[in-house]
Amino acid sequence: MTEQKTLMKSEYKYGFSTEIEMESIPKGLTEETIRLISQKKHEPFFLLEFRLKAYRKWLTMKEPDWANLKIPPIDFQEICYYSAPKVKQKLDSLDQVDPELLRTFEKLGVPIDEQKRLTNVAVDVVFDSVSLGTTFKKTLEDAGVVLCSISEAIEKYGDLIEKYLGTVVPIGDNFFSALNSAVFSDGSFVYIPKGVRSPIELSTYFRINDKKTGQFERTLIIAEEDSYVSYLEGCTAPAYDTNQLHAAVVELVAFDRAEIKYSTVQNWYAGDPETGKGGILNFVTKRGRCQGVSSKISWTQVEAGAAITWKYPGCILQGDGSIGEFYSVALTNGHMQADTGTKMIHLGKNTRSTIISKGISADKSHNTYRGLVTMGTKASGSRNYTQCDSMLVGDLCSANTFPYIEVANATGCVEHEASTSKMSEEQLFYLQTRGIAKEDAIHMILSGFCKEVMRELPLEFAVEAQKLLALKLEHSVG
Amino acid sequence: MLEIKNLVVSKEGKNLLQGLNLTVLPGEIHAIMGPNGAGKSTLAKAISGDPSYQITGGEVLWKGESLSELEPEERAHRGLFMGFQYPLEIPGITNIQFLSAASNAKRKFLGLPPLTEEEFAGLLEEKMNLCQMKKEFISRNLNEGFSGGEKKKNEILQMTVLDPDLAVLDETDSGLDIDAMKVVAQGVNRFLSEDKAVLLITHYQRLLDYIEPDFVHVLINGRIVHSGGKELALDLETRGYDWLTTKVSV
Repeated sequence: MTEQKTLMKSEYKYGFSTEIEMESIPKGLTEETIRLISQKKHEPFFLLEFRLKAYRKWLTMKEPDWANLKIPPIDFQEICYYSAPKVKQKLDSLDQVDPELLRTFEKLGVPIDEQKRLTNVAVDVVFDSVSLGTTFKKTLEDAGVVLCSISEAIEKYGDLIEKYLGTVVPIGDNFFSALNSAVFSDGSFVYIPKGVRSPIELSTYFRINDKKTGQFERTLIIAEEDSYVSYLEGCTAPAYDTNQLHAAVVELVAFDRAEIKYSTVQNWYAGDPETGKGGILNFVTKRGRCQGVSSKISWTQVEAGAAITWKYPGCILQGDGSIGEFYSVALTNGHMQADTGTKMIHLGKNTRSTIISKGISADKSHNTYRGLVTMGTKASGSRNYTQCDSMLVGDLCSANTFPYIEVANATGCVEHEASTSKMSEEQLFYLQTRGIAKEDAIHMILSGFCKEVMRELPLEFAVEAQKLLALKLEHSVG
Repeated sequence: MLEIKNLVVSKEGKNLLQGLNLTVLPGEIHAIMGPNGAGKSTLAKAISGDPSYQITGGEVLWKGESLSELEPEERAHRGLFMGFQYPLEIPGITNIQFLSAASNAKRKFLGLPPLTEEEFAGLLEEKMNLCQMKKEFISRNLNEGFSGGEKKKNEILQMTVLDPDLAVLDETDSGLDIDAMKVVAQGVNRFLSEDKAVLLITHYQRLLDYIEPDFVHVLINGRIVHSGGKELALDLETRGYDWLTTKVSV
């Protein structure tokens, strides 16, 4: 009980920052900055070209203004585009990481030293711009699974990177993907060879620490024929009173009968709940291509943090009989704003997609679902099912749903269901009079509302995510 | 077991109860009657701890202990139950999930081990039969899409399962057809024993044809202005409240 109470009082327990010596480049963005980043990372020429092309494209683009968001002006010259903990010598394993950093991740609930690490989950940890290392390297190697930082992949698997980078999310896809393509510093790379089922869950933990640094990570996952992988990312950041930019790009490619399950538990600092000051600006482009027949890509996201979230993980259903899924819980409270949803692009025959979106808005926050379902001319016999549910807590928040549907063939079938409900003091009081404590009552109502999404998360994360949501709402309802 | 002394209750700055006194002993059925807006529901909410009502004077003692510092769930653990006039709909939580959580929360307070899913399902089935509720209600979401009568029967089911010492029933009879009313009345009569008590809040005498109160109290303008035996209810049925209202103003 006392522990519960203290948790309720500590608004954002990941809000601390780590004192550590960093190596940063001067703030601002020019072609020189890009050359410097590329040089620091000893990158091959094709990547420098990729970055420069993206930068030039970016210069011609404008920030998107169509979302249902009030975005503060971002001065891109005030941001530092590269920052990394100073490393004195090359590390052979995670156990040689600066103890201060190890303690940081321990505090975050992601113990990475040999004895305490999560069982059955291989973790790659990214601190500000740089990957610190990966756990369970040996288990993965034995199975032939590659999980490493994208920098390492560029060194070791340059041909794969060159072949696939930017093929799912093209450089010029949008303003933020162009920016990311120009300046990305690290991220994760996963490769699952033909016929391999990854023996353990793969995961990356992203931590923004520095105040002035933007985080631009890049993730690429390739699942060869008949392979399977489940990947999870988690994110936190310290509480600063200025905004920090996070603009990530994630690309997935699934070949014949391969399956990729990609889960996110996002808990970036959301700004001061009273004033709305500070917080992460979260502009993310995530897309998967179901290239092979009967391939499957499934996105599950729990978006519980960030001052602004702009994110539409989507699937291009190219292979015949391929399947795309999107399961989302987006919770906004305080002054948070979220405009999130998905894109399901049906190109192949008999492709199927499912969209389950649960939006919870509390306090003075704004929560928008925006989704696009397209059925191309060749996507005969394809189906989509969409369900969008919103829950309002209090009467100062808002929830919106913008479903876009484009069907270009007569055999396609698109279903859309939507509902809005309210979590009220009265509901909680009702449950309390039956002997159920308030925190448990919030928990019950939330888990009832979100259960279709939560059951898609790997078990240990589902429990955590459930707690995270309940914790966030205790203030808003009480 | 319940002792209310000089109770003043307000909501949004307005006094709704103004010095109410009431004592309920084990084995008794009390009926509270009165016109709309007299403060009947306020009394039920104040006893069960609704946070939107403030106790600004007097006290409510439960088995000698003041209730004012206790959360609604703590009152429930100590044997209080309130049947709602408008039971709430909770989507996504099944009746059985909800009832087993409630039942185990009370067992925990009493130092008893929780019932397993199987044990609880057995218990629930038995109680549902008693309350003449169809089996399908076990897995339906709590009150979601229930008719008015089904919701009220569900309140009686909850009372039967949680087995409190005092049941405060706030207009449980309103909106019921005669069959549902009989089920509710049977539930209440079955519940009552020499160590349990019932506080019935009702608008009409009708329910009292099936549940015989030991005392009838008339609540007007936040005070009990008149008390009597069961015959008072009949009296009110024919004469209305006006004669008492006049009595108050004089």
